Amino acid sequence: MSERAGLPAVEDALALGLTRSEYELVCAKQGCVPNVLELAMYSLLWSEHCAYKHSKKLLRTLPTEGEHVVMGPGENAGAVDVGGGLVCAFKVESHNHPSAVEPFQGAATGVGGILRDIFAIGARPIAVLDSLRFGEPGDAPAGADERAAAGAAGASGPADGLRAGGGERSARVRYLLDGAVSGIGHYGNSIGVPTVGGEVYFEAPYEHNCLVNAMALGLAPRERLVRSAAAGPGNVLVLFGASTGRDGIGGASVLASAELGADDDDSKRPTVQVGDPFEEKKLLECSLELLDRGLIVALQDLGAAGLTSSASEMASKGGVGIDLDVANVPLREPDMEPFEIMVSESQERMLCVVEPANVDAVLAICAKWEVNGSAIGVVTASSPEGDSGRMRVLRHGELVGDMPVSALVDDCPLYDLQPRKPTAPIYGAPAATAGLTLESAPRDVLLALLSSPNLSSRRPLFEQYDSIVQSRTVRRPEQADAAVLALPDGSALAVSIDGNGRRVAADPYTGTVEAVLECAANLACVGAEPLGTTNNLNFGNPEKPHIAWQLSESVRGLGDACRALRAPIVGGNVSLYNEGATGPIYPTPVIGMVGRLPDARRAAPLGFQRAGEHIALVGRPRPSRGASELAKLCGEPLPDGLPEIDIATVTATHELVRRGARDGLLSSAHDIAEGGLAVALAECCLAGGLGAEVELGEDLWEGIPLLAPAPHAPGSPSRVPALLSAALFGEGPGGFLVSASADALRELRQRAHAVPVLDIGRVGDDALTIVAAGASAGRMLTLTLDELAGAHAGLAALMQ
Amino acid sequence: MKFGVLQFPGSCDEVDALEAARRVGDAELIWHGQRDLAGADAIVVPGGFSYGDYLRAGAIARFSPAMESVIDFARDGGLVLGICNGFQVLCEARLLPGALLPNANLRFTFRQVELEVLSSGGSFTRACALDERLSIPAKHAWGRYHADPQTLATMDRSGQIVLRYAPGQNFNGSLHDIAGVCNEAGNVFGLMPHPEHAVDELVGGSADGLKIFESMRMSVEGVHA
Repeated sequence: MSERAGLPAVEDALALGLTRSEYELVCAKQGCVPNVLELAMYSLLWSEHCAYKHSKKLLRTLPTEGEHVVMGPGENAGAVDVGGGLVCAFKVESHNHPSAVEPFQGAATGVGGILRDIFAIGARPIAVLDSLRFGEPGDAPAGADERAAAGAAGASGPADGLRAGGGERSARVRYLLDGAVSGIGHYGNSIGVPTVGGEVYFEAPYEHNCLVNAMALGLAPRERLVRSAAAGPGNVLVLFGASTGRDGIGGASVLASAELGADDDDSKRPTVQVGDPFEEKKLLECSLELLDRGLIVALQDLGAAGLTSSASEMASKGGVGIDLDVANVPLREPDMEPFEIMVSESQERMLCVVEPANVDAVLAICAKWEVNGSAIGVVTASSPEGDSGRMRVLRHGELVGDMPVSALVDDCPLYDLQPRKPTAPIYGAPAATAGLTLESAPRDVLLALLSSPNLSSRRPLFEQYDSIVQSRTVRRPEQADAAVLALPDGSALAVSIDGNGRRVAADPYTGTVEAVLECAANLACVGAEPLGTTNNLNFGNPEKPHIAWQLSESVRGLGDACRALRAPIVGGNVSLYNEGATGPIYPTPVIGMVGRLPDARRAAPLGFQRAGEHIALVGRPRPSRGASELAKLCGEPLPDGLPEIDIATVTATHELVRRGARDGLLSSAHDIAEGGLAVALAECCLAGGLGAEVELGEDLWEGIPLLAPAPHAPGSPSRVPALLSAALFGEGPGGFLVSASADALRELRQRAHAVPVLDIGRVGDDALTIVAAGASAGRMLTLTLDELAGAHAGLAALMQ
Repeated sequence: MKFGVLQFPGSCDEVDALEAARRVGDAELIWHGQRDLAGADAIVVPGGFSYGDYLRAGAIARFSPAMESVIDFARDGGLVLGICNGFQVLCEARLLPGALLPNANLRFTFRQVELEVLSSGGSFTRACALDERLSIPAKHAWGRYHADPQTLATMDRSGQIVLRYAPGQNFNGSLHDIAGVCNEAGNVFGLMPHPEHAVDELVGGSADGLKIFESMRMSVEGVHA
């Protein structure tokens, strides 16, 4: 920074990410030109990441109240009542830009950060889920295609789905995927919190800006919940955990609130934090012991903007001031400047407020867990005139910075978005990768879909995660549509995380409604009722009208869907400016939903269980090709809009499936999502190790809208006319595949009322066979379990 | 009988082990800094990442005060079970032969694995039949068992190879598919898979792991299968 008269100039403010008018406002609030330390603190707290200045007004429109909500947005994490005197805390957060710069540490510290948010409110973390987006992974390494196709006798399908993108680009995608997955596993496994679920998708718009979102859940006795509001002038601020170094300085403003340029990978690496799960494990146990012993008044983790944001926000929430002496902060490097200490994003640190009488006891427990603990400041009263408290930074008692807390935390200007729907498409058509046409045989289409990076088995990823530590995991990854975690009283939590950027890009409102409904559908399959929702809004630059339009439409859909499901938003995060050299990412709201089921043992698996049982299609899905995985593989452009959803019909279907599972009527339940009915059938077969024979009648076909401008092919049964293609592979919410005994299915149908329950076949043998009934009668496809499994191993081949 | 379950900074599966042990007897946690083993009849060294597994898995934990007492306890014939990181600690402490190397695939890997019981009737497998198959989860990055040929030959002769991965189940590349071994005296046993995570069908994929804890109870109480 320029040291003219020892004070930074407006150019320095601009370099730190403030606008000229914001800088002038800062000067007005300060009553003078801010010094280096003050300017650094303002620039971070007034960054998009901390101040939500482009999204706050939208977020205020979301539903945040409900019968189960114990703690809503504004705290470190939200919490819902799960009965038995317990609450479940949960939240999803992003670490996109750090992961694009250094995937292993970026993802690892993303997990570390979300875990701290959970135990910062007094909950013990019990589960992690992840949501990842990368560019096209491209060609599998030489020879991998054959491995992918192993068992798929001469199938032309399996490997084709993998052919996309250039070698160098796809090599980088694999580097990012590998780094992010090992980083998440490294942190979660080492700290003893199971990673129970997640999702990953590959789309070209994420190539220069990958997404790494992590969600965590925690459990706490209701009375142990603690808030972050500093209180009680005279109380002491204790900083505990890792020592403070130069890592991550400026992360919040430099990384999270600006677009990534082409050459950023190396130049920004110094701002990426480095994680230490061992340190955090000690920090976690130490924090929970401090709370169990009732020794602390308030607790807050140090995340983006480090001490600056945690201290200021604790003061703001408590309506008090804080005097903080940086000379008492344990340092990793001796010669750090006050501003460096205040903005450092060193990981594994917590800040708590302690009554003077308890300080020694607190430091003793820190010593027991071998974490640094030091008193670094005191809570001060706000002036009698009712003005805001002061955030005063000292070094060895000498004042080096003095700011009104309200100016730092509350006075950052909030901006109105200028949304405008673009007249031309924002995103180009995806590259055709599978060599498929409307003429392709259904079996080739199914094999291509199953082997495509977006639909093939996630096993090579979740096998790197410990999904069972803590002995609560009732349903492991790929065993059920939602992860299921047992509670002490025999009931269970169910959790799902979902988002489909391509469909949101085609229709921000409907696509977001679909993502919320998808989470609720996953919960319904295991018999769980939604309790609450968290979300991470991953979007491009909101200062651009077309991105502003995506964001506001998406938030409108999020609110409507959560209201309809009575699953209020209890917390979340916003990640904007996700744009690279080639443009914005697909708009990607990532939804996390937590629900509860009365009996853990009744959580329905997704795979078929018993040969001879009936397979039923439940609900009234209106599948279409537009924006589907098949349309992507065929290189079809995104449609302008998705079919409207009858939310009431979909939620009625959820209710029927949920009750069916709870009452033990369903041997298996799986919702029909990416890849449509045929892929869902294949997934039920693979998960259960059983084949199926299915007959699709005319009645299934009514009212299927055709968004794709697809010429009808001559309708011989061996080909896929557009209508059939939509029926087999089209996508849209509201459809479930269940298997059940004849009696159970009869019972389900009696309860169905207006919801269609269509008996479409039987479980059995070692192949999936789909035939068409009625006018277009004929065999559509037969594939053995081995052929299906070979194709489904597409991602495994890619990872080798 | 009473189990003592060690707790190091960085332990992850100690509470799971505690709860598993409580299904067959009393159990309490023993903090790494304490030398007093709280009158335990048997010791469990649990899984996790003791001291962050820095330097080398189990290398630091082996020097903790609690482990010094465990080493004496073992020399006096006390039963000691090491699970995953605990197995690594017991090898580092030279209470068990051999060492655990990084998995052949160089990745942390989680799988429910099938194990074959090669020597039943011992202190840790009394409740199992010879050649019985156990389904138990395994999850680790450093699980590839290694020992020199002479040691392996001796272990084979003296029945120290207690558990073996069933055909096709050895994902970490362990020599001779070895999953669990005991010392010559038979009172110290280590395995990479997690029996404490297979004590309840609902969350364990099976309850086969309970047989290990049940066997320890039978041995301590002098019950014979």
